[in-house]
Amino acid sequence: MRSSIRESVAAEPIGGRAHWTRHVIRHAGIAGGVLALIVVVALLAPLISPYDPIAQPDIIGLKNAAPSLIHPFGTDSFSRDVLSRCIYGARVSLSVAALATAIAVILGTLYGAIAGYAGGVIDAVMMRLVDAALAIPRVLLLIAILALWNGLPLWLLIVVLGATGWFGLSRMVRAQVLSLRELDFIAAARAVGATSPRILIRHILPNVVPTIIVAATLGIGHVIILEAGLSYLGLGVQPPSASWGSIIQDGADQVGSAWWISLFPGLLIVTTAIACNALGDALHAAFDPRQITGASTEIDS
Amino acid sequence: MSEPLLSVGDLRTYFHDAETIARAVDGVSFDVTRGEIVAVVGESGSGKSVTALSVLRLIRKPGRIEQGSRIFFEGREILDLSETEMRDIRGNRIAMIFQEPMSALNPVLTVGEQIAEVVRVHTDASRHDAWERAVEMLALTGMSDPRERATAYPHQLSGGMRQRVMIAMALVLKPALLIADEPTTALDVTIQAQILELLQKLQEQLGMAVLLITHDLGVVAEIADRVVVMYGGEVVERATVTELFGAPQHPYTEGLMNAMPRLNQQTERLSTIPGIVPPSTAWPNGCRFRDRCSYAWEKCEMEHPPLYTIDGNHESRCHLAVEPERRESSHEPIAARGQVHR
Repeated sequence: MRSSIRESVAAEPIGGRAHWTRHVIRHAGIAGGVLALIVVVALLAPLISPYDPIAQPDIIGLKNAAPSLIHPFGTDSFSRDVLSRCIYGARVSLSVAALATAIAVILGTLYGAIAGYAGGVIDAVMMRLVDAALAIPRVLLLIAILALWNGLPLWLLIVVLGATGWFGLSRMVRAQVLSLRELDFIAAARAVGATSPRILIRHILPNVVPTIIVAATLGIGHVIILEAGLSYLGLGVQPPSASWGSIIQDGADQVGSAWWISLFPGLLIVTTAIACNALGDALHAAFDPRQITGASTEIDS
Repeated sequence: MSEPLLSVGDLRTYFHDAETIARAVDGVSFDVTRGEIVAVVGESGSGKSVTALSVLRLIRKPGRIEQGSRIFFEGREILDLSETEMRDIRGNRIAMIFQEPMSALNPVLTVGEQIAEVVRVHTDASRHDAWERAVEMLALTGMSDPRERATAYPHQLSGGMRQRVMIAMALVLKPALLIADEPTTALDVTIQAQILELLQKLQEQLGMAVLLITHDLGVVAEIADRVVVMYGGEVVERATVTELFGAPQHPYTEGLMNAMPRLNQQTERLSTIPGIVPPSTAWPNGCRFRDRCSYAWEKCEMEHPPLYTIDGNHESRCHLAVEPERRESSHEPIAARGQVHR
């Protein structure tokens, strides 16, 4: 990785900062813009939403109305406005995904960092436990948990999603910490008298940030899809709250006749997930200071 | 003579694994007095870096400093200190600079932060004060525009500037002893001279002692007061720099000297010492250098040579000290054979 950076520096020794900035803006701009738009819409839902998302104005006359100027995304079988439901659903989908990912990132980073830094028997035991956890498919595990506790409150759903999502990240963090702790600058940190927790927090974790950022943004996209899947199965977000996944589920049995009920939340899920992935990649580049090259950069060795 | 600042006695650092014991440092003794520069010289595998790390107690498992070793520093036995007391010494009373300044600096922290970090680990200085001291220290190392440079990341600096940062980091708390492990090896020649000059200047300014680990006798001649030559995990010769260069006693030192390029000497090729350092898991019996020594005779195989005193402070671990006539009778002096290996 370092050598490829060297090469790119060599190819463009002057104006590297401008190149880097362009690169990040190009990728982060579009993805970040899309995500920001969705987040703003979710935050301002009461102001933007044209109708009350749970109002059933005319359950007979307005049932399953096709998209029109008055109802751009159409209405569902209870005559509710699908656009309004999608706008409010964004709140649920995004907050579930963001909070669950935050929990997963914190757990995964701590667990992985401790295992990697401690090494030896502690590391071996901790990683075998993760291997065991990874051997169980996450969806099956979630279905089992959610089926056992019927009608889980939203916050518990978030905790469960977070608590089952950190195994992969902990392995990545652990692998990085394992190689980082052998590096000279860690020896140098020890040589100036830094304590182990300080070395871990101040010297090792900042080097893991790119990994965490990428994992977190990818994780958000993944959890949105996962939560949608669970809600589609009726195990996720419970009525009257609605996430994008549960809106798809509302329209699932009439996809042939009233396709708009499922299509629009589906498109939103896909868009958000792609934007998360693209932003993750762009942030990965931005958070790595080795990518910042300035006029004072010299190529030696 | 006043009490030495650092006194290493019979230091043995072994690396244990399932079957073998690597005796990387095997009974090393030397003193460093306040304000002097002592060079530890030897080729790769002679144990000099492990010696340096042992002084800071930075040996990691499977390495271990063996019972009976003594490292006396500022009136305290380092090997008896707790880990907390030891941390207090590292970076504060004894600082270390490493060979490769790129990898010894954290790539994701600015160099100013890294220097300030040392201050914050050891003192109650505020973030701001620590930063100011970092900038001050960078200025002291001759860095132009230190305030600006302090905000740079390591990769934005050249090799020479990085080594200045390492020096600033090591000296910011004005330690009594600086251990410099091959501080100029990774730098190109013109920068090497600058860094050595800087080290010497700061050493005088701050009145600290320097333990300089190097394989470069040119560097030794330039700045050291006294020299400890290591081979096979042992001290093979100990002398002041003038004595050593004037009259090297140990055949290994002699070989090292002959392997140095000289301006006034018309040779096509530099001579080398044949062979390599034997593995530390199996030092030969008797003299550890005998396989590579052209003087070697039966006694060298039978008897492990002690450190003979030549005169005053000059010591050599070679039987030639007691049988000097053998030096004359030997037909070919070591390392003058013009052999080129590789």
